[in-house]
Amino acid sequence: MVGRAGEPVGLGPDRRAAARGRRGDRLFHGAAATAGVLVVLIVVLITVFLVVHAVPALLHDQANFLTSRSWDVSVPMSFGILQLLWTTVATSVLALAIALPFSVGIALFLTHYAPPWLSRPAAVLIDLLAAVPSIVYGLWGAYIVAPKFAPIQDGIQHLLGWIPLFGGVSAISGGTTMLLVGIVLAIMVLPIMTAINREVLAKAPAAQQEAALAIGATKWEMVRTAVLPYGRAGIISGAMLGLGRALGETIAVMFILSALPQGSAWTWSLFNGGETFASKIASDAAELTPGLGTGAYIAAGLVLFLLTFVVNAVARLIIDGKKDFSE
Amino acid sequence: MSKRVDVSDLHVYYGDFKAVEDVTMTIAPRSVTAFIGPSGCGKSTFLRTLNRMHEVTPGGRVEGTVTLDSEDLYAPGVDPVAVRRTIGMVFQRPNPFPTMSIRNNVLAGLRLNGVKEKATLDETMERSLRAANLWEEVKDRLGKPGVSLSGGQQQRLCIARAIAVEPQVLLMDEPCSALDPISTLAIEDLIGRLKADYTVVVVTHNMQQAARVSDSTAFFNLAATGKPGRLVEMNDTATIFSTPSQRVTEDYISGRFG
Amino acid sequence: MSTLLRAAPAPRTTALAPGRSRGRTLRSSAATALIWLAFAIALVPLVWIMWTVLSRGLPSMLHLTWWNKDQSGVGPAGFDHQVRGARHAIVGTLLMAALTSLIAVPIAILTAIYLVEYGRGRIARIVSFMVDILSGVPSIVAALFIYAVWVTTFKLTLVPACASLALVLLMIPVVTRSAEEMLRLVPNELREAAYALGVPKWKTILRVVLPSCMSGIVTGGLLGFARVAGETAPLLLVASYTQFLNQNMFSGSMAALPTLINTNVQFMSSDPISADRVWGAACTLIVLVLAINLAGRLLGHLTRVKS
Repeated sequence: MVGRAGEPVGLGPDRRAAARGRRGDRLFHGAAATAGVLVVLIVVLITVFLVVHAVPALLHDQANFLTSRSWDVSVPMSFGILQLLWTTVATSVLALAIALPFSVGIALFLTHYAPPWLSRPAAVLIDLLAAVPSIVYGLWGAYIVAPKFAPIQDGIQHLLGWIPLFGGVSAISGGTTMLLVGIVLAIMVLPIMTAINREVLAKAPAAQQEAALAIGATKWEMVRTAVLPYGRAGIISGAMLGLGRALGETIAVMFILSALPQGSAWTWSLFNGGETFASKIASDAAELTPGLGTGAYIAAGLVLFLLTFVVNAVARLIIDGKKDFSE
Repeated sequence: MSKRVDVSDLHVYYGDFKAVEDVTMTIAPRSVTAFIGPSGCGKSTFLRTLNRMHEVTPGGRVEGTVTLDSEDLYAPGVDPVAVRRTIGMVFQRPNPFPTMSIRNNVLAGLRLNGVKEKATLDETMERSLRAANLWEEVKDRLGKPGVSLSGGQQQRLCIARAIAVEPQVLLMDEPCSALDPISTLAIEDLIGRLKADYTVVVVTHNMQQAARVSDSTAFFNLAATGKPGRLVEMNDTATIFSTPSQRVTEDYISGRFG
Repeated sequence: MSTLLRAAPAPRTTALAPGRSRGRTLRSSAATALIWLAFAIALVPLVWIMWTVLSRGLPSMLHLTWWNKDQSGVGPAGFDHQVRGARHAIVGTLLMAALTSLIAVPIAILTAIYLVEYGRGRIARIVSFMVDILSGVPSIVAALFIYAVWVTTFKLTLVPACASLALVLLMIPVVTRSAEEMLRLVPNELREAAYALGVPKWKTILRVVLPSCMSGIVTGGLLGFARVAGETAPLLLVASYTQFLNQNMFSGSMAALPTLINTNVQFMSSDPISADRVWGAACTLIVLVLAINLAGRLLGHLTRVKS
């Protein structure tokens, strides 16, 4: 306790209390640091375990892992990721391409266009999209949207079929195509991208916006010259985060996308079916047994992990680079 | 309950940057000492080294010695936490703990250090609030949040909180700069009464305030921008304000710069 | 700036009439319309999903048996004409999310405290970076990792707690980031005030800093809870479904709402009873997740400490 008048007070009125305090500090600091290091350890362990279990399967792979389109994991195994990689990347990039303009537009709406009373509730509504579980998106996409979407797809195919991306695919009917997956994924990643865009656009300096208006700029000119340029880095990194989410989305893709029969011909068409890394792993989950076969799925999971790692790291670096620049 | 502070050859650094250079001074017990000087001259930085608060900022360190009645604050083995328990501090902006009532704000130092006896706590609370000139205003609403008070009352609450742990020395870092004139007067009045029991050190950018409340005054200045701050001179307040020995002090107190 | 420089000179009119060409005004109005439209379009899926799930799922939810019976006695999914209950799945979802929170929340709060209060220099930067990376790890990869450790490496049998372990990996970064943000909002002046009273740093953090931002941290925890309660992918890999109520996290199988859906969904088109189960479970899940989510937001809004 504190020194009372008359006692020999000073810097160590109660050495034991001081010692207790220091011990508490050491313990607490230690616990916090341990938790932090644990997070690092988890990421390292994920990498190590995936690599260790993927390597034996890769060594037994009869096909070329990167360029083969077949997936046969019964010994002798011959599996490759080309089809999975294409489906994963194509649907995710499509989702990003759809979600990006919407997320910027909605973020502008929330920060600069919506009347003040609407801005907060509107933001909550967009956030609610993120709260909807992905299995619900899957159900909705596969059983409600797909049947209604099928005739529209036929129309697009009819009009734009000469473009390879929109070419006809006879095997897939009922609208359960990569195009629909891309659209549903776009809705799913919209909230996170909007949230980040909203944050960066709200930070655009007010003085410059007022200056732009004061010299007679229209609202849109003001937004283009004094708001959007400040958001560029944030918008790009938000897009990267959205892309990362889309790449790893599992259950919605698994429910919506029609699987391809083994040996289907290659096509660039978005009206194709297929499987992404995540949906492939999930849909075969019931058949997983410890052994080489599992290793093939772990190898696929490792590729997905690396893909999202790179995308997220890029997002982080863009944010950090921006920070260094502005400080 | 009041001790003398001796500072000799003190240099303050933040990382590689030397913020304050070569300060030597004696702060007398049961008196008010004012630190004045232009902004950025290091007076607040120097004040924070008197209870090792500068160590909260990463890279903050000192060379030289500070003693409290011949006990070295920076001797190896001295716990900075113990130093701060002995040398209290009041900040520029009132900062009561927002989650705590008025009562718990005053008693925060005791309760967080494990004092539980209700009688001791009650007695300390009333004594501290009376000493801070706040008792009459808050005695009927001790359970209300500390942040529900006005700015001036909050600052007196912070002073009550600081003296509740019965420090030897009370450091005040521009305690009135965020307050209106009437609250300022109340705090100045309080400072005058506190010196009966404590060694009080006040940093202020307001020269009239220094002249009103302090017994001795130290004038800090920078040789040039980017150079470390230093102590120009220190003397009785009356002497500093009437016949300073340095030309630069005279220029400053007559309003020619700063 | 280029548009502005090009556009600003050339006022064609004078006095109070705006010196803007009609084209510029038109373009600005078009942009405004598009921006409103973007928001309106985003609401379409939200309303559509809510309508679908509520209209198809609510009827199942309104039966008492939905809440107090499991699927025992129903026979293989989809071949018996009664919906029966989802108690096993509701309890399972809550238990798994609760165990997940129990493990993840302390780690996350401590990590946030490390990053805000203690972390300096390289190690802190690495930890912060890894929190970002972890938040980007796909849920299926988290499950694959637990599978690789638990089954492939240690040859253990999967238990319901494995699902929680996989979900922990997903929850840690969510709660860490929100707790970190909340801790950074606590003004430094409060920490300094406590230090100046001779309060040790750890007590300052526990008794002054944390209470000041507790509501925000609880909100983050609830949002994290809602997120993991709605996760499906990890369960497919490490939590096998059962029709029966199981309340033991450490043995047997345990149902969850997502796996109840996944088990019945294949019979949906041929069997309306299965469809009722699926939509009922989807509705229960969405109501549960949204209720926790909104409760978290409301709590954060109501109990925010004003300073």
